[in-house]
Formats: sequence, C-alpha cells, structure tokens
Amino acid sequence: MGLLEMEAVTQRFGGLLAIDALDFTAEAGSITALIGPNGAGKSTVFNVLTGIYRPTAGAVRFDGVRIDGRDSAAIVALGIARTFQNIRLFAQASVLQNVMTGEHVRLHANLLESILHTPRQQTEERAVRERARELLAFVGLTGVDEAAAADLPYGSQRKLEIARALASSPRLLLLDEPAAGMNPTEKNGLITLIERIRERGTTVLLIEHDMGLVMRVAERITVLDHGERIAVGTPAEIRADQRVIDAYLGKPA
Amino acid sequence: MRKLARGVPPKLARGLLFIALAAILPLVVHDGGFVNFLTDAGAYVLLALGLNIVVGFAGLLDLGYAAFFAIGSYAYAMLASPQFGIHIPFWIMLFLASGIAALFGILLGAPTLRLRGDYLAIVTLGFGEIVPQTFLNLPQWTGGPNGLGNLDQPVFFGYRFGFNILPYYYVMLVLIVLAVVVAQNLRDSRLGRAWIAIREDELAAKHVGINTTTTKLAAFALGASFSGLAGVAYGAKLQLVSPDQFQFSVSVAILSMLVLGGMGNITGVILGSILISSLDRLILPQASNLIFALAHVRVDLSNSRFLIYGAILVLTMLLRPEGLLPNRRRRAELHAGTAEAMP
Repeated sequence: MGLLEMEAVTQRFGGLLAIDALDFTAEAGSITALIGPNGAGKSTVFNVLTGIYRPTAGAVRFDGVRIDGRDSAAIVALGIARTFQNIRLFAQASVLQNVMTGEHVRLHANLLESILHTPRQQTEERAVRERARELLAFVGLTGVDEAAAADLPYGSQRKLEIARALASSPRLLLLDEPAAGMNPTEKNGLITLIERIRERGTTVLLIEHDMGLVMRVAERITVLDHGERIAVGTPAEIRADQRVIDAYLGKPA
Repeated sequence: MRKLARGVPPKLARGLLFIALAAILPLVVHDGGFVNFLTDAGAYVLLALGLNIVVGFAGLLDLGYAAFFAIGSYAYAMLASPQFGIHIPFWIMLFLASGIAALFGILLGAPTLRLRGDYLAIVTLGFGEIVPQTFLNLPQWTGGPNGLGNLDQPVFFGYRFGFNILPYYYVMLVLIVLAVVVAQNLRDSRLGRAWIAIREDELAAKHVGINTTTTKLAAFALGASFSGLAGVAYGAKLQLVSPDQFQFSVSVAILSMLVLGGMGNITGVILGSILISSLDRLILPQASNLIFALAHVRVDLSNSRFLIYGAILVLTMLLRPEGLLPNRRRRAELHAGTAEAMP
C-alpha cells in the first residue's frame, strides 16, 4: 500500500471536470512526479491533497487515513507539507522566522506559557531556532537568517519555501513546480536537494514542467491530460509512451 | 558587543531606564495638570498596544476598537459603583474587565473570520458604532446619555486614591509595563509567529498548519483585553463613564497612533500614542495661546484636531509610510522600489 493513495477522485467545478476518477499512488520513500500539459489538472490534485478543495467524489488516504475534505492545517499536522507554484513566503518576516513558523504544528507552548515565557517555552523556542538554522543549512541558505524573505533572490526564495515546508517534519512533501524560473546550475542543485530530502526519509511528490529534470529525479511518473490519467511508469516507459507523446505534441491528423 | 552581552541585555537596560525616568518624572515636575495629562496619555498607550496586536501583528484592520474601551469602562462603571450597589474592588476589576473585553473580542471577532482588508474594516466599523449606541440606549443600566458617575475609587491596602493623581499615574505605569512585556512575549512566541504569518499570507499560514480561526480569535481577544485594563483605569480615574467617550473618532485616534509611530513596533506605538496625546492636550492649546499672544487672534486649534490628525496621516503616508519607528522589515517593503528581488 502506498503512503498516499487517491482512489477514483473526481473534482468538478460547475460544468468543468478538472479531475476525472483519478487513481494515484505515491509509495513511501519514493520520488514521484505528476506531469501533464497545462490545464491537465495537476495543481487541482495538489489542492485536493492539501485540503483547499473537497473532492466531488472518491477518497484520498494518507498512511491509511482518509484526508479528503479535511482542513488544510489538520493535513499538515498529519504530515503533508507543500510549496507553491508562485512562491508564497511570509514576505516581510525574516528568513529564520519563516522556517520557525513552519514548525508551528510540532510545538506545544500554550497561550499562558507564551505570555509568561516559562522555562519550558524558552527551551522549546531555543530548539525551534536551532532546528530552523539546521534546515536553512540543509537547503543551502546560510548567512541570511535576518534578511526579509522578500529580499532574497528568486532561487533562494524557492529554497526557503522548501525549508519552511520541511520544518513541519512532513512524511510527504509536495513540490509545485520547484524548478520554475531556475537556471541550469540552480536546477542541478534542486535535483540534489530533492534526493537528499528523500534520504531523510521524506517521500517527495512533485509537479514539474521541466521534463529534463523530471526524467532525472523521478522514479515513478504519472501523466495527466484533461483530468485523466493517461500513463504511469518509470521515466523510460513514459518517454516511450505514444499517448504521452500525443498529449504533449498533438495527435497526427 | 561582547561586553554588553555579558551584562544586562541592552534592550532590557533601555527599558529599565525608561521605567525609572517615568517613575521619577512626577516627583520632579510638580505640575498636577501635566501628571494628569500623562495618566490619560497612558490609557491611550494601553489602547494602542492592544490595537497593535490586532492590526500590527495579525494584520486585521479594526476600525471599531473603541468599542472594547467602552466595554471595559462600562464593566467597571456597572460593577464598581452605586448603580447596582455592586462594589467589586478595582484590582479584581482589572482582571475581570479585561476578561469581559476579551470575551467580547471573541464574540465580535467570530463573524469576521472570513473577512479581510476593507470588508473586515467595514464590519468592525459597524461594531464600533453599535456598542456605544447600545450603552446609550439602555438607560436603566447604563444611565443612557448621562452615563454613570460616582465610580468607586481604588483602595490600596487601606490607602484611598481619592482625587490625588499620583497613585493613578503609577497604576497606569505598572499596567503599561505589564502590557509591553505581554505584547513582546506574545510577539516572540509560537502564537506571535502565527499572527505574523496570517498578516503576511493567510493561505500559506494555513498550509504550515496554523489554525487561522483560533489564531485570529486569540488576536481579537488579547487585543481587546488590553482595552479592558485601559477602561477600568481610565474610568476609575475619571469616576465617570459616558457614551460620548467612545465615539468613532477615538478608534481613529488610536489607529493614527499606530500609523504615526510604526505599526507592529512596540516602541513606535508607544511613541505614536504619546505624540498624538500631546498634540491634542498640550501642543494645540499652547499653540492657540501663542497665536493669541502674537497676533491677537482668538483661535482654538483643538477644534481643528481632526483636520490636524488628517494632515499628519497624509504627511506620514507621503514622507514616512512605515511610521516614525518602523518595524525594520516593513520599512524594507515600502522602500524596496526597483530592488525587488524577482527575475
């Protein structure tokens, strides 16, 4: 059984069928990619997984637990974290504070402890700060702890968003077009980073348009077109799949 | 730097210095009117610190904050006066009234949870009108337009405050120190980070696992609780509460204090509230006298205070939109200009 399982998930918006009875699995410890032409329904899948949409039909299970229709914050607490296609950092908060905020669901200080700054709360805060620094070092962002997130260069903002997502100690990390806007050097760095994240024991699911990157990093690829799954397989299998080629390049008349 | 780090932290040292100066001030300046002014200004500092939690930290624009000041004041007026013959001691009322104000913060906050920006501002504006109107129209309990008078004077271990201003001044000072510590501690906590996350990007906040409902309600409740303190202290000092003390203009004045001083910055907010209070109570009357002395024209600039507040807000926005003592990062935002870090 996969860590994440979508079973016949359908998402309708009025007359538009965004996802059509989709079955999808991400195995624990894998790097899985979700690809497809624009408008194929990839982002809708992420939005269903993270509780933005309640699917019209079907079931989503994470480690055996139904998560469809649950509140976004509750899903994070269960162990799914995400990044956004159009980077959504806490722009005016410091780099360090962004990551510290990411640890929110793993902290225990209650209101009274926060007001009084009790020794226990202080111990927890020191640990939060320490762990945030470790995560920043892990993604390769050092020496910018106190800079405002908005002041970082674009590539660093992507890294920071990944660090913030990792701060909630997720078992599954969803990356929404992590390579968008990156140059080739940054892309190589990203591939290494994704592999190191998996080595930490976090399962990775990514949406990506950059085929070169997907073919290099993903072990399993699912291809969507018009909300339907048209292929599943290893990079080599997907590369050779006629339906995939047709979907991307158009069918010969 | 290393030397400083070994001794008292510089921030704490600066804080203690300010407290010491504030404690000595009324003993050096033997001017009852001035101390009275400072005490009233202190109530506004408390209010501004409370509103700063809601607007400065959590980014929830509240245009009806005076409603909570009213609730705190009326709580004292009804529970510590001959009105119902209930005489709960001042010190207990401080806690009780901030609890009542916090409760109303939750009640009035709950319907607004899905609203942001302009929409939230309009609903809070409505609440700000409804609350004083309610007090005005329940004369059997609140004395209606006349308000309630003859409120209990605080007693401290047998010492009656009476009409001596000094004890009220020191109570206000203690309350402000308390409020600053609470506000700072909250800012540097899990909850404070959650507020700032909601201010910056509510959707992203949800996706790092922040329960935006309880986090916003906590901001409304804690923000309101500060004005409960202010209401009790102010009511006890004035010994009178009436509905015209809590008009829309009061909400605007408190918000102006935040804008002028620097939203989100605690020191800035204190500075802003003292400046606006001084303008209202000291500078404008003095300037009117000066104009009379120089030009023999009788003008009362205090009547034009809203014109002047307005001008200050316009000038702040044009010249220093981040306020006098900005939140360092907000300053970066407003002056980023061409340095935007986008590809």
